[in-house]
Amino acid sequence: MIELDARRLMCPMPVIKTQNIIKTLVSGDNVRVTCTDPGVMQDIPAWCRINGHTVLKTEEIDYEYILTIEVGSD
Amino acid sequence: MATQRKAVALISGGLDSLLAAKVMLEQGVHVEGINFYTGFCVEGHTHAIRKKDKAKPKRNNALWSAEQLGIKLHIIDIIEEYKDVLINPKHGYGANMNPCLDCKIFMVGKAKQWAEENGFDFIITGEVIGQRPMSQRKDTMPVISEESGADDLLLRPLCAQNLPETKPEREGWVKRDELYDFSGRTRKPQMALAEKFGFDDYAQPAGGCCFLTDKSYSVKLTDLWASRGKRDYEIDDIMLLKVGRHLRPKPNFKLIVAREEGENNFLQGYKKQFITLRTMSHKGPLTLLDGTASDDDLKLAAQIVARFSQGREAEEVDVEVTDNGVHKNFTVKPLRSDEIEDAWRV
Repeated sequence: MIELDARRLMCPMPVIKTQNIIKTLVSGDNVRVTCTDPGVMQDIPAWCRINGHTVLKTEEIDYEYILTIEVGSD
Repeated sequence: MATQRKAVALISGGLDSLLAAKVMLEQGVHVEGINFYTGFCVEGHTHAIRKKDKAKPKRNNALWSAEQLGIKLHIIDIIEEYKDVLINPKHGYGANMNPCLDCKIFMVGKAKQWAEENGFDFIITGEVIGQRPMSQRKDTMPVISEESGADDLLLRPLCAQNLPETKPEREGWVKRDELYDFSGRTRKPQMALAEKFGFDDYAQPAGGCCFLTDKSYSVKLTDLWASRGKRDYEIDDIMLLKVGRHLRPKPNFKLIVAREEGENNFLQGYKKQFITLRTMSHKGPLTLLDGTASDDDLKLAAQIVARFSQGREAEEVDVEVTDNGVHKNFTVKPLRSDEIEDAWRV
């Protein structure tokens, strides 16, 4: 599991950070992104849908928003 | 069988870029979107700050457009590179601090670079002749093509029939007679085309997608530069211009006063970088002090902060000032509303 800390960043920066780390990964890899901007709960799943990745899990813990993503094949 | 050509579309999240990309998809072109984040994008983060906006989370319209189109979207951080565009615009500013023409030249140039690196054939935008007063005029559109380096690889599907043929048209990659001849500020042709394509929930035009077109934001940015004696900024500076009430009672310092709980929480994240003021005897907003301040300045700042607290009518309000972890306490009489000078409001 790759960890990405996107705390204190406002959208779309967490999306950009997610996009950039996923470029370095291969299909089937998992990445867990931790954010503080609640906007990520809409924006990162939308970005994943259009770019062929899967959000496996979303969590909200103590004002932090955590998304676990499986990298797609394309 | 003909090779499927590939176009990169500048996607802002507005209707025009959505339609331009759709026109290309209808012609069988492979389209992927690109969206540039300057730090000034309205599509960005402000919805995350104010509590009143949290109940109805704002979608990112660029992502939404891409999803409607069924295309990939690449979001590119250009915050650092964009500084030169804003600080030194060759073609000047629009009505406010918006360097629209230089901005479009820069973005098309970046898109061209991206297209080359990723094996794309041409670039499309949703520009329409006469739609915007600075960057979308008949005389400035060729400037964008030339100065961006895109030249005739830049196609504007919505107004292409009003412009000279581009390479994608000449080479038969796209059919010119299936492009459009929109012009002017009217939105009716775009709305009709949106209806034809079945788009009924698109972003409404609301003065552009950039904070730099906003008068009050531009005034704050100009004040920031004047106070620092140089035209420069960091991302935190431009974020803070979007938050709170800004007051400059003296040239050497400015106060950023939270207006509500969401802004209070947001400003908490800057406590280590700024002198902060907080009312202790009454509920009140968290306030950042940007600049340098003598003890007399801090006392004035405390009186102003007290004015915006629930102790505004009290004889005395206790205010704690924190600088680098060191606390100072002031007991002050809040300023009256008529003592808050209009000239202080940035």
